Amino acid sequence: MVSSTAMAVVNGVANPLPADPRRTLLEWLREDLGLTGTKKGCDHGQCGACTVLVEGRRINSCLSLAQLHDGDEIETIEAIGTPDKLAPLQRAFVTHDGFQCGYCTPGQICSAKALMQELADGWASAQTEDLTARPSPTPEELRERMSGNICRCGAYSNIIAALEEVIAADADHQGTVA
Amino acid sequence: MRLPLADMYNTPDERNLLDTMKQGVIGKPLDRPEGPLKVSGTATYSAEWKIDGFVEGVLVLAGIPQGTVKTIHRDPVLAMPGVLAVLADEAMVRRSVQGTAGKAPVQDVHTVDYFAQPVALVVAETFEQARDAALALKVDYDDAQVPVAFDPESPDAEVEQPSDEEPVVGGDLDQAMREAAFSIDVEYHTPGHASAAMEPHATIAYWEDDHLILRGSYQMLAYNVKEIADCLSMPAKKVRIIAPYVGGGFGSKLGITHEAVAAAIAAKALDRPVRVVMTRQQVFQTVMRRSETRQRVRLATDAAGKIIGLGHEAHVSNLPGEDFAEPVTQATEFLYGGENRLLKVEVARICRMTAGSVRAPGEAVGMQVLEAAMDELAEAVGIDPVELRKRNLPGKVPVEGTPYSSRMLVEALEQGAAQFGWDKRKPAPCQTREGDWWIGMGVASAARVNMLTLAEARVTLKADGTALVESDQTDIGTGTYAILGQIAGEMLGLPISQVKVVLGDTSLPPGAGSGGSFGAISTGSAVMRACEAIREKLAKHMESDADELEIRDGMASFDGRERSLVELLDGKDIAEVGSIKPGKTLKDFSQASYGAFFAEVAVHAFTGEVRVRRMTGAFGFGRVLNAKTARSQCLGGMVWGIGSALTEELAFDTRDGHLVNHDLAEYHVPVHADVPALEVILLEERDAAASPLQAKGVGELGICGAAGAIANAVRNACGVRVRSFPLTLDKVLPHLPDPFASAA
Ligand code: FES
Ligand code: FES
Repeated sequence: MVSSTAMAVVNGVANPLPADPRRTLLEWLREDLGLTGTKKGCDHGQCGACTVLVEGRRINSCLSLAQLHDGDEIETIEAIGTPDKLAPLQRAFVTHDGFQCGYCTPGQICSAKALMQELADGWASAQTEDLTARPSPTPEELRERMSGNICRCGAYSNIIAALEEVIAADADHQGTVA
Repeated sequence: MRLPLADMYNTPDERNLLDTMKQGVIGKPLDRPEGPLKVSGTATYSAEWKIDGFVEGVLVLAGIPQGTVKTIHRDPVLAMPGVLAVLADEAMVRRSVQGTAGKAPVQDVHTVDYFAQPVALVVAETFEQARDAALALKVDYDDAQVPVAFDPESPDAEVEQPSDEEPVVGGDLDQAMREAAFSIDVEYHTPGHASAAMEPHATIAYWEDDHLILRGSYQMLAYNVKEIADCLSMPAKKVRIIAPYVGGGFGSKLGITHEAVAAAIAAKALDRPVRVVMTRQQVFQTVMRRSETRQRVRLATDAAGKIIGLGHEAHVSNLPGEDFAEPVTQATEFLYGGENRLLKVEVARICRMTAGSVRAPGEAVGMQVLEAAMDELAEAVGIDPVELRKRNLPGKVPVEGTPYSSRMLVEALEQGAAQFGWDKRKPAPCQTREGDWWIGMGVASAARVNMLTLAEARVTLKADGTALVESDQTDIGTGTYAILGQIAGEMLGLPISQVKVVLGDTSLPPGAGSGGSFGAISTGSAVMRACEAIREKLAKHMESDADELEIRDGMASFDGRERSLVELLDGKDIAEVGSIKPGKTLKDFSQASYGAFFAEVAVHAFTGEVRVRRMTGAFGFGRVLNAKTARSQCLGGMVWGIGSALTEELAFDTRDGHLVNHDLAEYHVPVHADVPALEVILLEERDAAASPLQAKGVGELGICGAAGAIANAVRNACGVRVRSFPLTLDKVLPHLPDPFASAA
């Protein structure tokens, strides 16, 4: 049983974690906190629609039980930007038409935001040639790092174009614009 | 409000009104108006509505392929925490409704038609409670005594001629094959496909007195209300479906399916709102599959490479009693010449989930095979595959003799080839090697039939000079919000910021729905006609002729006089319902959207892995209504083409028809890493026969033939011709040339 004081901070607000140990982080965000921007596409870690940032790192929230997040800082799409005040990444998705049905989109954007931080932190991927240098955001790097986020509508080319634009604009201080 | 304008589309509307308007928004690559909602997670999809006090239902699927339900052991499950009900109702559906059926499918879940068919619904206070109870529910069955076939190739499978698909027979194909200078006779296989829309099917159902309201993820709401009503034996006018955002459909949400009916029944039984969201696995197991196909293609030419004989015969499958048979030869009927022909489809009756429409039914698998066969023919004749296609475009549809409304195929082939750099292709295989990779190029034509369907929309020009467009038309990612606003903005002379579009609610006039690439042109035509009616009224106020009334940025002008719309309206709204019905133009002309695909692939010389390196598509589909969203439709189609070529395949256990790869981990749709920067060329044209907008459908065109171009590129790269899609490593590897031999 989770302690009655177990809390996680979601988008800056502390919330008590759910009592049911079966409740996933995804279900908690969507059902208990009403943050339905985070989507359920498979509930099995196969699609990336449920991607959120926990302590600044992206995870599939469907694969994590809510009670495991005592004390964690969680950020969802709702905190990245609002319709009236879109973040540059969100704006770039709109301009480049980086979505169609929009169902995978919050996950893509959360993933992209974390990806920029991972690049800035020098994390390597299977596409990275030189493991000691800071990886450069080539299209191949971006595609590899975004491959956990499926888009059945097939907006991939436009998503990468949106990312490239935001990363280029952010060349000097990687990872802060998103 | 007046009655709809005369609506049957019997003669092509050559006035080309949209080009005479002055606002200049039609066709422009404008952003989607709902974009900011979608990128910020604030667009509300079906499962996300905050309906007070709803409870959760989870479907229970059959563990046998055929038989009847004997006992449902309800009591232990009803004793579990939070469980409210276990329902197995005669009105619950066994199968999904086929697109545009407008009536109930096979009902009563006490009988099992296929493995994993829903047999019950468990309802509980929370999702976790309902899910666990559904897993715990024990069901006893009586197995069916009649032997059934699970494999379309089994000799036990009954094979029928589909009732609504007459074979096309002309001349003497056998003789043409005998007399041909060059010919091929090949058999291809394509596997089953899943739509796998990103948003799983979801419905929240609740009753207000005897009215049923559904927040349901569906594509064709006007039909869907009738289907639900028929399932529940109630009048359709007492059902309302609300679906402003639909997380993809691709055919899987054309007709209502298990969760919607179950939710409605449970909501009634419990007198509480009930939400049923299918799990990803349930979507795979119970909603429409695209049938696998076996296709025989025969092509015969004279010495100059002109086709004199064409055969395309397909073997597909479906459950007994289903009318739908994958219309594999649909585009073959009109694409290439050859008066000696035999085109036919036969359907094997087998026990798997319902087969139905998955993005571009017919062409998606028919075109990729025809286009691969055309590549084989080009090799046999010894001419360039682009040239072979250009040489074989008939003046009229063979056998029928119908004229083409318009056909941009030559332009697509030529402009696509130029942009792609087709002239650098080496005709013989195994000519280009980069490290461990063979490199090759392939081409294919694209074709998809065009359909105009019944649609209505209401446009209100408000006294404040803004416009409101309303229809139950859905936007499933297709760009409907954007294009309907652009049509109204152009016709009424309003900047796009002054036009609001409200969709996806059956309390609004019935649109065409999203399917068969007909949503935009049909509902768009209805919007245009409503605007025409408004323009007539404005013209009266202005004492002008509607044809000569110019409106731009809210200012109307005629004969040197200028007045603002607000002034003309004088405090009163004008609301008009426009409508369109398919008419004679559909019969008088062969209507289709056309295009061409060019692909460059790399094939790993040691493993047979295929990577798409570049892909260009050039498409002609009449007027482009929004260059940005139209391009996205094409991109999406091409991504599906990559999946169909390389990875997508439903795998069934042929002992019991159960789907083995029933999730996104095992059914491989393309991911970012599989898709290079795709290039799309939009070829502007005007097709008055297709619609008053001069536009044709584009939602499915991008897939129709795409996989053929990739397969042809594989052949060109490494010399391996695979006649079974997808081109997985195991099929390529055994036929690869010696990897240590350098490029020939
Ligand atoms: S819903 Fe979590 S990965 Fe698909
Ligand atoms: S936008 Fe529909 S799945 Fe990505």
